[in-house]
Amino acid sequence: MSQDSHGHHGPVGLADRAREATGESAYRCYQCGKCTAGCPLADEMDVPPSQILRLLQLGIDGLDEAAIGAFSPWLCLTCEMCHARCPQEVDLPKIMEFLREEALRRNMVNPKAKDILAFHESFLASMRSGGRLFEVGLISKYKMRTFHLFQDVLMAPKMLLRGKLHLLPHAIDGKDAVARIFERTIDKKEGHE
Amino acid sequence: MKVGIFPGCSLAGSSREYYESLRAIGPALGIELKEVPDWNCCGASAAHTLNHKLALALPARILALAERAQLTDLLVPCSACYSRLMISQNTLQNDEALRKEISGIIELKYSGSVRILNVLDLLASRTTTDGFAAKVIKPFNHKVACYYGCYLTRPTEIVKCDRAEDPRMMDDIVKVAGGKPIDWAFKVECCGAGLSVSRVDSVARLSGRILEDAAMRGAEAIVVACPMCHTNLDMRRNVIEESLGRQYSMPVLYITQVLGLALGLDDRTLGLHRHIVPVEFPAAAPAERKAEAELQTTGQKDE
Repeated sequence: MSQDSHGHHGPVGLADRAREATGESAYRCYQCGKCTAGCPLADEMDVPPSQILRLLQLGIDGLDEAAIGAFSPWLCLTCEMCHARCPQEVDLPKIMEFLREEALRRNMVNPKAKDILAFHESFLASMRSGGRLFEVGLISKYKMRTFHLFQDVLMAPKMLLRGKLHLLPHAIDGKDAVARIFERTIDKKEGHE
Repeated sequence: MKVGIFPGCSLAGSSREYYESLRAIGPALGIELKEVPDWNCCGASAAHTLNHKLALALPARILALAERAQLTDLLVPCSACYSRLMISQNTLQNDEALRKEISGIIELKYSGSVRILNVLDLLASRTTTDGFAAKVIKPFNHKVACYYGCYLTRPTEIVKCDRAEDPRMMDDIVKVAGGKPIDWAFKVECCGAGLSVSRVDSVARLSGRILEDAAMRGAEAIVVACPMCHTNLDMRRNVIEESLGRQYSMPVLYITQVLGLALGLDDRTLGLHRHIVPVEFPAAAPAERKAEAELQTTGQKDE
């Protein structure tokens, strides 16, 4: 049994774990809805930001899973508008970050987030090999993962013409050191642990 | 004044005109830029979407390299990189155990002593002193919408922006260049940033609102200080137009390009020829761009 600073009792639920990992307490939220009102992508989310906090507050098993499996954490742009306007100063982007890691760890990533996840994974794979992002490599990796083979194909010649595309990756001297950073963090699935 | 710089992957790639124009105005600002040796990618939105410690370690390596090169002030022109470096530095500052752990992960000594500057911090201090105004020989006499976006203004407790909801820093710099900043509603709204490739429709909607408001209020150009904002508003113009069902020819300039034009530098030096939306005043007639835009949109339809 645990007790938080607001006097809630109960088994350690997701909200408590999120607080332990991020220092942010979902219990501070009094559901004014300002985060949802200011969120640029709230109307594309399955669970609006304020309701994500509500799910966590209730601390019921099925609802914890609903928060982890929601599409919303993947749509979150970390634009920080919710956090800036929250009267209780809840750092919601940090909680969203925690939920994404939790979804990855528990294999519960919302199926709609497939492309978004593919983009981020392609991004990291592309920078991991040389230490810096190789834009052409990123886009080709993304296309391979998502099969959106024809997306933006007409952008490439325009960018080439304007000198905006490098066709060869640039590897930094410290690329092995960067690769070891990956080994010591994301490969160990160590994030908010 | 010698200033360290972490250009980041965008400035070394698809947003090279931002770096070109920054270097071009360097002498007039009285700054000498020195790149962090062997810098790596900061991880941007991908790292912090997927792994918290990776998102702290990648920026920490850059800061540690800057320390080792004795760069006390570090300019980070890309506001996405700026945000990641600031958040990493801030997080590590408050947690000694984590600082030691990250220092081990990056195999470098990290003290967190580097002063991180965004482009507005630097320009605000360098354009209001040293007689910069006297060097303005071709005032940028246009009505512009200064667009700050997210990363230069938030999180408010880490990023020290002058006013969270209605910042004025860029507006004041534009005034020094002879420009006329307008009042508008989307200064600090998000353009869609990291979803540029994976959620094109969302980006078209968010960036479309920004473009529409700037146009409605009579802006002749949008001025930005972030490669992601520029990519979404300039390179993604065709999908915005498709989503709005209307053509917009308003160009999008980096603040460094606006200052360069005011200093009398030529278009090529400032990389204006690299934009998708032509930088012309008055803007190119929509009809002239229409054929090109139609050609581009056909590439977007496989979703």
